[in-house]
Amino acid sequence: MSGPDPAAGSGPALSRRTVLMLGLVGVIGATVGSGATMVIARLGRSTQPRYRFFTEAEAGLLVDICEQIIPGDDVSGATDTGAICYIDRQLCGALARHRRAYRRGLESFRQTCLQSYGARFQDLASSAKIEALRSVERGEVPKALWSEPSAKAFFNLVVAHTMQSFYGSPRHGGNRNYASFRMLGLDYPQVVGQNRYRKA
Amino acid sequence: MALRHVNAVVVGAGAGGGVVAKVLSEAGLSVVVFERGDWVSFDEHGQDELKNQRFAVLGNAYGPDDRSPRVVETGAGTWEVVMPNEGSYNNNAACVGSGTVSYGAMAWRYMEKDFRMRSTYGAPEGSTLEDWPISYDDLEPCYERAEQEVGVSGDMSANPFAAPRRRPYPMPAFPYNTEGRILEAAAKRLGLHPFPIPMLRNSVPYGGRNACVHNRFCCGFACPNNAKNGTHNTVIPMALATGNCELRTKSIVSEVVVDERGLARGVRYFDSADRQQYQTADLVVVSGGAIETARLLLNSRSRLFPNGAGNRFDWVGRNLQGHAYCGTYGLFEEETFDDVGPGATIAISDFNHGNPGLRGGAVLTNEFIRLPYGFSVMRPPGQPSWGKAHKDFQRRFFKRCVAVLGAVQEMPVFDARMQIDPSVRDHWGIPVARLSGCRHPHDIEIGRFMVARSEIWLREAGAVTTWTYVPGMWLSGGEHQAGTCRMGSDPKTSVANRFGQVHEIDNLFISDASLHVTNGGFNPALTIMALGYWVGGHISARFKGGRFS
Repeated sequence: MSGPDPAAGSGPALSRRTVLMLGLVGVIGATVGSGATMVIARLGRSTQPRYRFFTEAEAGLLVDICEQIIPGDDVSGATDTGAICYIDRQLCGALARHRRAYRRGLESFRQTCLQSYGARFQDLASSAKIEALRSVERGEVPKALWSEPSAKAFFNLVVAHTMQSFYGSPRHGGNRNYASFRMLGLDYPQVVGQNRYRKA
Repeated sequence: MALRHVNAVVVGAGAGGGVVAKVLSEAGLSVVVFERGDWVSFDEHGQDELKNQRFAVLGNAYGPDDRSPRVVETGAGTWEVVMPNEGSYNNNAACVGSGTVSYGAMAWRYMEKDFRMRSTYGAPEGSTLEDWPISYDDLEPCYERAEQEVGVSGDMSANPFAAPRRRPYPMPAFPYNTEGRILEAAAKRLGLHPFPIPMLRNSVPYGGRNACVHNRFCCGFACPNNAKNGTHNTVIPMALATGNCELRTKSIVSEVVVDERGLARGVRYFDSADRQQYQTADLVVVSGGAIETARLLLNSRSRLFPNGAGNRFDWVGRNLQGHAYCGTYGLFEEETFDDVGPGATIAISDFNHGNPGLRGGAVLTNEFIRLPYGFSVMRPPGQPSWGKAHKDFQRRFFKRCVAVLGAVQEMPVFDARMQIDPSVRDHWGIPVARLSGCRHPHDIEIGRFMVARSEIWLREAGAVTTWTYVPGMWLSGGEHQAGTCRMGSDPKTSVANRFGQVHEIDNLFISDASLHVTNGGFNPALTIMALGYWVGGHISARFKGGRFS
């Protein structure tokens, strides 16, 4: 797996294929006039989903959680280094056994925020987001909303996967541009056999 | 069509099997080696911290894969199927060379007392602690051959506790890295005896292979430079070069066939296309590692041995042990990281024996380079594991952390064991191993003592913050797995005799860490190789052609 990831950009992402199709629509639109609006509307719906496993809503929530786990500062955080790409991709591969935990955990998390804070997680202030996550980490959550996974188990899972994404090899979807290696002052990519030489 | 009959079958091309194959084929025996994995190379997985043999988050780089599950006890009477990249699986590897492809390559000889643990200390209650039926002196020439033929860099002159040796190492020791220099000075101030860790790694070109380039990614990874010495790039190629040895990879042995007279006739196996085959031989050597060797013996039922080959007295699969690894982590104000891999360079053997009130101890070494993901969970108690505090800690201390680990020698426990699971089978339909039991409480006591010693060492070296790790009572094994087919002189309390020959089955041998009665306070690889020379030498000296007896 080394192709461009459709979920790569931080803004509204257009895959290369979508761009090509829109270009095609432009040609058709110029030809058939008013019929084009309908075609464009249908194309908007049939565009390939951005994620392999997550829904758009789940991914949006998870991106915000991951960004609190590894926040961006002068060095990129979880969002800009592709945490969601890593987790989404691995849930369709080596980490597939955790799919259920994510599906249920994210829903429990969503409802916990609504119930405890009266707002969506994404809409909370940064300090409130951290407080909300600490509650989940400690398991101090409405018990009725969490069964399997438990709040603690879900939180630990997301922390572990976010760390893997940020510090692991970029070949798996995260650590974009070796951001974490740069942060730690390690050669990136490592030149085998050369890393022992100090730079002048 | 029947396969051509051979003199010897060796099951498993790891540390033990690779050496045995070399010894037997050089003695003129025709040999077939079976390996369930394949030849592997560095290029397949490179330097991937999420997919290697030490951090198998996304799978094992060097096998096995999910076709080989195991079952582990999760509580009283509850069992769970686990995959090879989960910790409780207690994986080693599955490839030509097995763990020696990706190990950290420490090349320890056990000490004399490690072969006489019971007579030195007496067995604690709840332990089957026993002496080996062979001594260090018996094994010394075999250690020497392993060092010379596989290739070890080292110098024991600064270690007054080392067992005597006749020949120096074939290559000079590696110099200390920055951590090593800091720790060396501190150890000397404390009156301890630091020395460089002997390594199955080339400090200079040796055996036609390159010298080490001090790669950061080493322990857990294949070597890109062919400077790390395993059986895959030394004794196995030597065996193949004799013309007497054939290596069949991706071949899974399911059973040692034992006949009506109690002799092994050969092995049944699945070839690389999953076809069942039967290979006959004059003798069979099992070298699958402590868990898989015991599994194969238990799966080899016959009329004379209805509970598995060598298992008349229910000792196969028991006494599973590894090392009760404990550690101390220290944070420094100055940078201690120099990126000179693999990073573990210095050891002390002052606390392997002679610790008041304790049976044995451990070698203490500085740890291999902490990689970024691995370091993300190394935190003093109470330190946040996420958020800005996490990121700041990584930035501040990634290059200012030194760890000292101890490979605590364990007390064997009869009920720490592998058995055959009654229902779960692997991809080939072979019943899988199931693991249960736990380690002995004395291991934890020794661990506490060792972390106290290592904490003093790190503090003396200048650590401003330290914290320690002592393992719990869970089942041991892991890549240092040993003890499941112990050697001994009494057939009622052991599985094989002092030459690795299975009691009552004259032409069935074992050559791997299964034979270890105890596992030393050191990484076991060189001892497994030495036993390979010991067992192989015994077989080739007595083999007269035709049937072995």
